[in-house]
Amino acid sequence: MSGEIARTDTHADGRPPVLEPGHTYATVTDQISSIVLSRSTPRSWLGGFIVALGLLMVFLYATAYLLATGIGIWGNNVPVAWAFDIINFVWWIGIGHAGTLISAVLLLFRQQWRTSINRFAEAMTLFAVVCAGLYPILHLGRPWIFYWLLPYPSTLGVWPQFRSPLIWDVFAVSTYATVSLLFWYVGLIPDLATLRDRAQRRVPQVIYGILAMGWRGSATHWHRYQTAYLLLAGLATPLVVSVHSIVGLDFAASIVPGWHVTLFPPYFVAGAIFSGFAMVMTLAIPLRAVYGLEDFITLRHLGNMAKVMLTTGLIVAYGYLMEVFFSWYSGNEFEWSLTVNRAFGAYAPLYWSLIACNVLIPQLLWFRAVRRNVPLLFIISLIVNVGMWLERFVIIVISLHRDFLPSAWKMYYPTIWDFAQFFGSIGLFLTLLFLFIRVLPVISIFELRELVHETSEQVED
Amino acid sequence: MTDSTHAFDAQTTVPAGVRFARSGPSYWRSLEEYAQTPEFEELLHREFPSQLDQWNDPIGRRRFLTLMAASLAFGGIAGCTRPPQETIVPYVKAPEEIVPGKPLFYATAMPRGGYALGLLVESHLGRPTKIEGNPEHPSSLGATDAIAQASILSLYDPDRSQTVMHRGAISTWDKFMTEMAAQREKLVASRGAGLRILTETVTSPTLSGQLRVLLEELPEARWHQYDPSARDNVRLGARQAFGQDADVVYSFDKADVVLSLDADFLLAFPGSVRYARDFIDRRRVSSGKADMNRLYVVESTPTITGAMAEHRLPLRPSQIEPLARAIAGRLGIERSASAVKLPAGVSEAWLNAVVKDLEEHRGTSLVIAGDGQPPAVHALVHAINGALENVGQSLSYIQPVEAQPVIHHQSLVELLADMEGGRVETLVILGGNPVYSAPSRLGFADKLKQVARKIHLSEYDDETSFLCDWHIPAAHYLESWSDARAFDGTATILQPLIAPLYGGKTAHEVLAVLRGRTGRTSFEIVQAHWRQEMDDDQFGTAWRKAVHDGVLRAAERIDPSRFRVEASGGIGRRPQPEAQTGSGTVEVEFRLDAALGDGSLANNGWLQELPKPLSKIVWDNVASLSAATAQRLGVENGDVVEITLDGRSLRGPVWIAPGQPDDCLSLTLGYGRTRSGRVGNGVGYRAAEIMPADGARFAVGASVRRTGEKHPISTTQSHHAMEGRDIVRVTMHQRVTDDSQSATPHSDELPSLYPEYEYTGNAWGMVIDQTACIGCNACVVACQAENNIPIVGKEQVAVGREMHWLRIDRYHVGGLDNPETYFQPMMCVHCEKAPCEVVCPVAATVHDSEGTSNMIYNRCVGTRYCSNNCPYKVRRFNYLQYTDETTPSLKLLRNPDVTVRSRGVMEKCSYCIQRISAGRIAAKIENRPIADGEVVTACQQACPTRAIVFGNLNDPQSQVRRLKESPLNYGVLAELNTVPRTTYLARVTNPHPDLPMPAAAELHGEPKVHADPNKAES
Repeated sequence: MSGEIARTDTHADGRPPVLEPGHTYATVTDQISSIVLSRSTPRSWLGGFIVALGLLMVFLYATAYLLATGIGIWGNNVPVAWAFDIINFVWWIGIGHAGTLISAVLLLFRQQWRTSINRFAEAMTLFAVVCAGLYPILHLGRPWIFYWLLPYPSTLGVWPQFRSPLIWDVFAVSTYATVSLLFWYVGLIPDLATLRDRAQRRVPQVIYGILAMGWRGSATHWHRYQTAYLLLAGLATPLVVSVHSIVGLDFAASIVPGWHVTLFPPYFVAGAIFSGFAMVMTLAIPLRAVYGLEDFITLRHLGNMAKVMLTTGLIVAYGYLMEVFFSWYSGNEFEWSLTVNRAFGAYAPLYWSLIACNVLIPQLLWFRAVRRNVPLLFIISLIVNVGMWLERFVIIVISLHRDFLPSAWKMYYPTIWDFAQFFGSIGLFLTLLFLFIRVLPVISIFELRELVHETSEQVED
Repeated sequence: MTDSTHAFDAQTTVPAGVRFARSGPSYWRSLEEYAQTPEFEELLHREFPSQLDQWNDPIGRRRFLTLMAASLAFGGIAGCTRPPQETIVPYVKAPEEIVPGKPLFYATAMPRGGYALGLLVESHLGRPTKIEGNPEHPSSLGATDAIAQASILSLYDPDRSQTVMHRGAISTWDKFMTEMAAQREKLVASRGAGLRILTETVTSPTLSGQLRVLLEELPEARWHQYDPSARDNVRLGARQAFGQDADVVYSFDKADVVLSLDADFLLAFPGSVRYARDFIDRRRVSSGKADMNRLYVVESTPTITGAMAEHRLPLRPSQIEPLARAIAGRLGIERSASAVKLPAGVSEAWLNAVVKDLEEHRGTSLVIAGDGQPPAVHALVHAINGALENVGQSLSYIQPVEAQPVIHHQSLVELLADMEGGRVETLVILGGNPVYSAPSRLGFADKLKQVARKIHLSEYDDETSFLCDWHIPAAHYLESWSDARAFDGTATILQPLIAPLYGGKTAHEVLAVLRGRTGRTSFEIVQAHWRQEMDDDQFGTAWRKAVHDGVLRAAERIDPSRFRVEASGGIGRRPQPEAQTGSGTVEVEFRLDAALGDGSLANNGWLQELPKPLSKIVWDNVASLSAATAQRLGVENGDVVEITLDGRSLRGPVWIAPGQPDDCLSLTLGYGRTRSGRVGNGVGYRAAEIMPADGARFAVGASVRRTGEKHPISTTQSHHAMEGRDIVRVTMHQRVTDDSQSATPHSDELPSLYPEYEYTGNAWGMVIDQTACIGCNACVVACQAENNIPIVGKEQVAVGREMHWLRIDRYHVGGLDNPETYFQPMMCVHCEKAPCEVVCPVAATVHDSEGTSNMIYNRCVGTRYCSNNCPYKVRRFNYLQYTDETTPSLKLLRNPDVTVRSRGVMEKCSYCIQRISAGRIAAKIENRPIADGEVVTACQQACPTRAIVFGNLNDPQSQVRRLKESPLNYGVLAELNTVPRTTYLARVTNPHPDLPMPAAAELHGEPKVHADPNKAES
């Protein structure tokens, strides 16, 4: 279908368009809803889904073994009592950030180009939060009583200890998960109605019908819908900042050298957006290729995301620089010895890999040619994802393995179960994502239709 | 007088114990039999002779945790609560002393290497749970050592032998008695010809009395002794010096200058617990003493004694004799020896300082030779002490404590000759495990086969039992009536705390059978012996008092004037040529292991997991060597080498020990057991494999070959340096006395966001005197026993998950060749501004009204944030289910006052809060404040040197408060504003002015240098 429409590389204003020209309401609706309703399941989807499902099985097996045996199956020890568990938690939470940013903040800033990518970015957020949210529970010594972290009037007569950043985390993450879910669902309603209307068989009709909550597309509906969606966007916007600030405080509120850094909240937020956009890119590029969505997710989108990555990457680089500067400027022997240990200690290769992944390689994005080279962008986005994972390893493990008393210093080595849990959670994420692609419109149909309207106006202008 | 009138007879005053103990084993067995469970099938299989080869398989250490956790022997059914089928009767009139919840303490003693350590054993409703020192006993003065602390675990060891075995088949004590009765007739007829009795060191007056009577009756029989920890060199040295046997008792409280020639007197001597106390009391500057003793140590293997030395000199064991001669020469004892060439590595300045110091302290100096040194060195040392007029002052001579002093090695060789010559028909081995412990060269196992009838009494069905016809399970010392003497001759009557759990018998009972007096109990035998010794009229009172006090009397001291060694007589004028045993280039030293001793307690998990005082290695023995030697051999830590000595070789991992002399390997005994039980089997190598046949404890001429194999070694501390951080403060005695202000600058109060707590009642605090801590580990095991701390196994220690609440950090300062060593006991310091408390999301760790930072196990969900935020890293996490909750016998061991923790829960030192509670309750009942010294933590109580002081900081008179005001007092990492309640007193040393001062003291007060953490973890 996409082949029928002539492509132009640049728009009138010299930039690639956010929507390839020539689309009508019908082509947009057809092309996106057909992924769900009429097209047969592509082999690539099936192949990917099987791989994802396999990884999910690994996750379930690892989790079952974990619950039965205890977290001693991991490599965590004393002094490194947090390792892959919290690294993965922070990594996933960070990934989620791009979705909210794209949906809410860019909506409020009226950035048209967000339209094609916001739906699956939001889905990605949601699934990343699911993965992230599992870790704090699974990493507990006694996960079956995780609800003791919730403030409820318990018969034990004990409230959570509100000075602990972990409690702030509970609030931050659960709020974030709730708002993200609502935002995503509300955004889906008009499209669910479209699917209901276009579904041929009874079962999808009923299911989409229930989910569409009686949407008829009346003007009143649209009016209320717009208000609600804007309000939710307003609600979600501070969460972009708050969630990862609080995750940063998990560390900054401690006294561990390498964690006790006042810079952490903003630096964590920047890192989160950085990794989030990298993940959106990692997912968008194969998606548009497989489903022929190049018209909707254009080079303009990729280029803009690359710019956001470059910007946040520079903020993150500034954070790394300041960490070193503070530890030197403080004159604190523990801080300085941590910095030296990061750069030259046993885990130094990981630190330098982090610098390469997060600071050096993203500098390629300064070049327009790179920003328009889709395969290269894909590779860079993968590298940034790895780099952000390494950043959390550097912060968590390297800081813990050598803190104050040399007698307690110990190396940390992950076990096979650490990896199983990690790759398994990627399986969980991908499985959810594949299911999402299969049963829900990956691109917001009604918003694209708006875009068709607007772009046609522009052409007329 | 019958048993029932003796108030101190555990069997009568502790009915609960009796009820449990008598019905215990049969209860389990009969019920299991009744149940016909697979577990019981397995048990039968294990004990069935056809499966014996299965027993021989060393069970992999990897499987240990699985085994511990699995319900092996008695698991399934013992977990259910079913009333026994017999009628049981509750107390109608409760015995006077038994109050549920209140422990009773009984005096007894632990015989080790024959010598008694006086104990008080805590008993909860008839089950002993904790061992403490007996303050009345001269060998203890209330303290204990690590092995004594751990011995309570062996009492409940499910792997202890539980049945009489005859040629591999289950048999009974009655059958044994029947066979012995038949034998006895033959023996009497032949006047005991062919009967040999082999014991370990015997100090028990009752046992030696029994043996003498038996030998009188059967004059052709022979009594041999062999004990791997026997001190043959000491005995031979005394004979060489005096022409007769004499034991030495040291009075460290009177010694200002101590020179140790390879003598680890702080840990490895009979009486070390007492010696450590006396030695440290002489250097306790914190208590306001003006003077301080000085210790010189010449040693090969680094020991804790060497670590305490002001001046330590590493020498190979064979180099120590020339040095001793040189010192004797300088002191004018052996004129001919003054020309002896000094061994390489001994500087003239060092020797001059030592000699000068010794001469200046005539009568208050002390020279000690180690067990491993040849008799000539001991003779020399006797002469030196005589010349320095120390005899009668800092040391005295007493009648030998051993009932019949023999040269053990010689005694064993004689026995073996008889065995080989077919002159032994019946061999009765009372304790000990010679098949394992005797040097392989002697071929004990082979020669044992030529004996027609072999009887072995032992706690475990061990290597020797396996080769014997009869195996009789021995009673643990806490299950036995017996007696023993301490290092200074003090006799103690051992009373049982519990009836034998597994039907064990004592040596007294076996000997009674040999004498045809079947059916006599140990109690009757021991009491009968003392009835002869004590005044008949008052016997009842005297016996009760003796059993109650746990102390009888000291041996009469020998008049010191009788032991003047002539200036050059009897000290072996000609230096013996170096005993070149093999053709190699390396010297090998054999020592008892610092944690396991001679290996008889190899199945004790607490000892296996006890970090060696210096290397901090657990679950292994290593061949330690110097860094230079390792480099020369091209090996690094954990590389397996083959050590060959005179045709025999063994394989073991090497370990670089800072301070070890070059070209010298130290091997330790006690490991490489094959039939010790599930815990100890297959752990480490067996050093007796290559021990010299002449009984020497070191040998020259071994060769070492790399095998290319690796053996993983687990340690609890992998970093040795303080990295220039202000952790252990070291200062010199002179500085303390000159200028008490500057010793350790107090840091200013730092601001805090959180309000101060107010303490209107008690405020608990602790001070640890690093001058007094000798790193002996007694506190570590005491804490483990008191607080139900599980062991985790080698693999878990390797990943840093050991559970000890109290660890002893060991730091080295200086070069690898001869560094200074500092110990720092580290447990929760109960910060006033505790970083752990703030970050716990569920308030599972909170401050209490008396200032302790408490763990609420039930509330803990296991986020581990507290551990991350603890700068001392003293919190331990149950990563897996470490506590064995299934083995029934181990349930009896647990302290009922302390929660048993499950998987997923954080734990840490609680300042023994259960003891604080007990003290508080006692004080409340009497409506008075808790007195100073009334609440004693487990570590404090066990500490031989009283390095740990605990008490109420709100009490201006308390000792802990006084120590907190000492200028030596400082808080570790106090600059973090944690406001620790446990503070430390700086280590004070007293170096000789002519010799270099300690490097650590030089560091003190200088600006901080940034650490270099670039060093790889080693």
